[in-house]
Amino acid sequence: MNNQRSPFFNVDWIVVLIFLALCIIGWFNIHAAVYNPEKPSIFNLDTNYGKQLIFILSALVLGAVILLMDSKFFNTFSPVFYGITLLLLVLVLVIGRNVGGNQAWIPIGSFRLQPSEFAKFATCLLLARYLSTNNVRVDDLKTKSISAAILLLPMGLIMLQPDTGSALTFFSLIFVLYREGLSGYFLIIGALFIVLFVLTLLFSKLFVIAGLVIVAAMLIYNYKRKRAFVTTVIYGFVISVVFIFSVDFAYKNVLQTHQRNRIDVLLGTVQDLRGEGYNVNQSKIAIGSGGLWGRGYLQGTQTKYDFVPEQSTDFIFCTIGEEWGFVGSFVVIGLYLFLLLRIINIAERQRSPFSRIYGYGVASILFFHFFINIGMTVGLVPVIGIPLPFISYGGSSLWSFTILLFILLKLDSNRMGII
Amino acid sequence: MNKFFARRFVIQGIFIATAIVLLTRIFYIQVVSDQYILSANNNVLRKILIYPARGIILDRKEKILVQNEPVYDLMVIPREVKPFDTLLFCSLIGIDKAGFDKRFKKANNYSPYKASIFEKQLSAQTYAKFQELLFEYPGFFVQNRTVRRYPDSTAAQFLGYIGEVSEKAIEKSEGFYRQGDYIGISGVEKSYEDLLRGQRGVQNLMVDALNRPKGHFADGKYDTIAVSGERLISSLDKELQKLGERLMQNKIGSIVAIEPSTGEILSFVSSPGYDPNMMVGRQRGNNYMKLLNEPSKPMFIRPIQAEYPPGSIFKVINALVAQQFGLINENTVFYCPGGYSYGRGAFMRCTHVHGSVDLERSIQESCNTFYGYTYNRMIDHAGMRPVNAYKKWREAVAKFGIGDRLGIDLPNERKGLLPTDELYTKRWRSDKWGSSFNISLSIGQGELGITPLQMANVMAIVANRGFYYKPHLVKAIGEKKVIKKEYTKRNSAGITFLHFDPVIEGMSQVVNSPGGTAAYSLIPGIEMCGKTGTVQNPHGEDHSVFVAFAPRENPKIAIAVVVENAGFGSTWSAPIASLMVEQYIKNSISRPKIYVDRLLQANLLPGYSSKAKKPKVPSGQKPDSSKKDTVRTKAAPKTSTGK
Repeated sequence: MNNQRSPFFNVDWIVVLIFLALCIIGWFNIHAAVYNPEKPSIFNLDTNYGKQLIFILSALVLGAVILLMDSKFFNTFSPVFYGITLLLLVLVLVIGRNVGGNQAWIPIGSFRLQPSEFAKFATCLLLARYLSTNNVRVDDLKTKSISAAILLLPMGLIMLQPDTGSALTFFSLIFVLYREGLSGYFLIIGALFIVLFVLTLLFSKLFVIAGLVIVAAMLIYNYKRKRAFVTTVIYGFVISVVFIFSVDFAYKNVLQTHQRNRIDVLLGTVQDLRGEGYNVNQSKIAIGSGGLWGRGYLQGTQTKYDFVPEQSTDFIFCTIGEEWGFVGSFVVIGLYLFLLLRIINIAERQRSPFSRIYGYGVASILFFHFFINIGMTVGLVPVIGIPLPFISYGGSSLWSFTILLFILLKLDSNRMGII
Repeated sequence: MNKFFARRFVIQGIFIATAIVLLTRIFYIQVVSDQYILSANNNVLRKILIYPARGIILDRKEKILVQNEPVYDLMVIPREVKPFDTLLFCSLIGIDKAGFDKRFKKANNYSPYKASIFEKQLSAQTYAKFQELLFEYPGFFVQNRTVRRYPDSTAAQFLGYIGEVSEKAIEKSEGFYRQGDYIGISGVEKSYEDLLRGQRGVQNLMVDALNRPKGHFADGKYDTIAVSGERLISSLDKELQKLGERLMQNKIGSIVAIEPSTGEILSFVSSPGYDPNMMVGRQRGNNYMKLLNEPSKPMFIRPIQAEYPPGSIFKVINALVAQQFGLINENTVFYCPGGYSYGRGAFMRCTHVHGSVDLERSIQESCNTFYGYTYNRMIDHAGMRPVNAYKKWREAVAKFGIGDRLGIDLPNERKGLLPTDELYTKRWRSDKWGSSFNISLSIGQGELGITPLQMANVMAIVANRGFYYKPHLVKAIGEKKVIKKEYTKRNSAGITFLHFDPVIEGMSQVVNSPGGTAAYSLIPGIEMCGKTGTVQNPHGEDHSVFVAFAPRENPKIAIAVVVENAGFGSTWSAPIASLMVEQYIKNSISRPKIYVDRLLQANLLPGYSSKAKKPKVPSGQKPDSSKKDTVRTKAAPKTSTGK
């Protein structure tokens, strides 16, 4: 329809600008986080900040390439992407390199590829394709099962690495299903389970069950005329009790020690500032020392002297918090929020369900990373090692987020066309 | 657009809510709570204290009394220590294996990560040997520090010593001192601690997560440099002090010499003394206990802490006070029949039958009778009730600096004792008492306690004819030689200038006339004016006291010498004083060697053969009478001697 127009016509430049802003913020903060006084230049390619520049430039190329591609390509080939990703995820278990306990990397030359990063957009694409198929209704059990299978397959493979953080990311796609018609109860039940989980670990099982009994009794007493509701409450109660016991069991027998410790530290049941609590404590100190205006670029002492581990990757937000203060944090969080809301807007203006569903997938995955990553640096959620999109150091994650976002931009630029 | 379109708002709502939660949390830890910024500073900043050199102390001619000497503390960081040949190590620093284990365990208990002192104060020699091998012992390093060194081993009690600060002092200093700091504990080191200690410097170093230094915080903007302690110029004359200490060896007692025109203390001998170097170094603890347990109490600072009834030297004060009251004058004559009778059968004996005695002779020959009458006049015939007259008398005597601290710049000065009228009123259960109830005071016995410093100060008053400057040990402070203001203030003894003439004449006769009680101590070419005294000692041999000043005109030195258990003032104290005076004024001694040797070699410590101390007095000079005089008071018979 618009064949004679430039492929960059109709691209949502606001999103591109936010994307660029986040990349550049990331680059500068990586510079501060791993600053090497002997190689002060931000362009020095021996350093991680120099490398990040290459990653950003190559991500831009990648984005441009995606915009140049045919938008039908992504829909059509989504099963192929998915298949390749699954293959890579299996491959990484065989030939992957083990870094920090996770068998997540496939070495290619001097770079290392992280298949789990690419699994995100591949899964998104396939899920979008499946749910946008005619006559598919989310409320059907079959649809739910197939959707769950699409999510659980890569999740399971990633769990084997084991990279729990990346695996958990796929849970965020529940927002997509919700938008497409999944009952709101799933969100509520999900929230309820999180609350129960925390309560069970904080207090004794018996207290929690006693509390549940009281709540259930009150509900039944108030609505005793509505039989259906009473039945639901009773079911809910039974499921909750089972959940509590299984949480207790899973916590003690399934979770690994370091995972258990991270949760303990977060909940404050264990004070361990030298061991598991060290990261979060130092991270909070770094962010907290930023004050309102921050210490200034390259002036953060906590940042500069390596008090926070993983500072350029998972804990990059510490550098932002320390050197740019609350003002900087506000700007970064504002940018993310704006991006997320913008993506939802974009998704909603699509005529094709595929593009819309994919758009929600992008928003969900970015949201999950954004919330979990920043939440972990300020001690709101347990330490789950996932990167902050576009900001954290690392080629794989930057590229995968770029692909994720630019596919949406491509689909959006073509929203008037027929896919 | 489909039927679930509205759900976008739920999802967007969740996004917004999440962002608000995160921002609230970040706002709390960044802006509301200041706990994190403090922790951040703790993380990064290391305050390194730079210890200044302690101020040195010089004598009045700016010769060194105390200086600093470097020592080397062996430090250890237990975690960094790797196995090594402990045997060689132990032999290098002179400890055994058990001692090594004990020290290492102690350090490890303190902290495996932090440096603690393994062995204190290695000598320069040990350090030199050790330094070459230090690289073989990772985890060990050496830290420089300075300790006090006393090149002449002199004036220990005057200088005092320093030691590790106590918990209590740390608390009191409100954070100034820290565990392991040194602080002046006695003597000048204590009283001038604030000046001597200097100002500590602080370096704010930044360290990284592995505790490696990363340079100065804010480019050293908040760093301060250490400022060395002030240099103190003491009033002491080192040569005089050393002579005094030699003369007092094997004797118990004190010498205090004051420059009357300034109040500067020229010599401050407390015997037995000790070598101040004993209070420094690795043996300090042992030495301290040894000194503490010594029966002759070398840690007791006799010149300001020993209180004696002054004996006959007190007659000088009574003579002056009675003149000032207008009750006697230079022409007053009392008849001495060999004692003073003060009531039914009560008799204060005198050394001789002096016959008619005037004021001048009463001093020269130390006539008890004269002062019995004088005291009687002052108390019973002063035109008021004796209790009030006593109060007036006491006030006049107190002006000589007796009965209260003179405020010397040393800690723990004692007041002495000058009894109040209440004491007697209480004792006699009535205030209707008179001179006969405490007649001993007339000749310096009874309930009097005077420190050697106070005695010397009385001499300074007489030498100055009526005033004194507060006696002090530190003449000038710092490079600018600041003199404290309180030391330039004249204190009047309340006695008119003229009244000193007969007293000084009498004191001159004591030394310079063949019949004087201290004629043996005559100094060729110098007119010394003095007064002997014998302090009755209920526990043994009497104490020998002599006070003097010289020369008579334009006096340069006032001195008090007390030798415990040495008998008469004229026997030991006076010759010692005369040598001190001569040394100070002439800077040499003209007396024959045998004269000096007798004093140097005499051992007057209790329990030592008393025969050895009988003086060989040159013929023609008559030794003092050894008869004891007895004073009986009405209610409580007590004995005391006037001499």
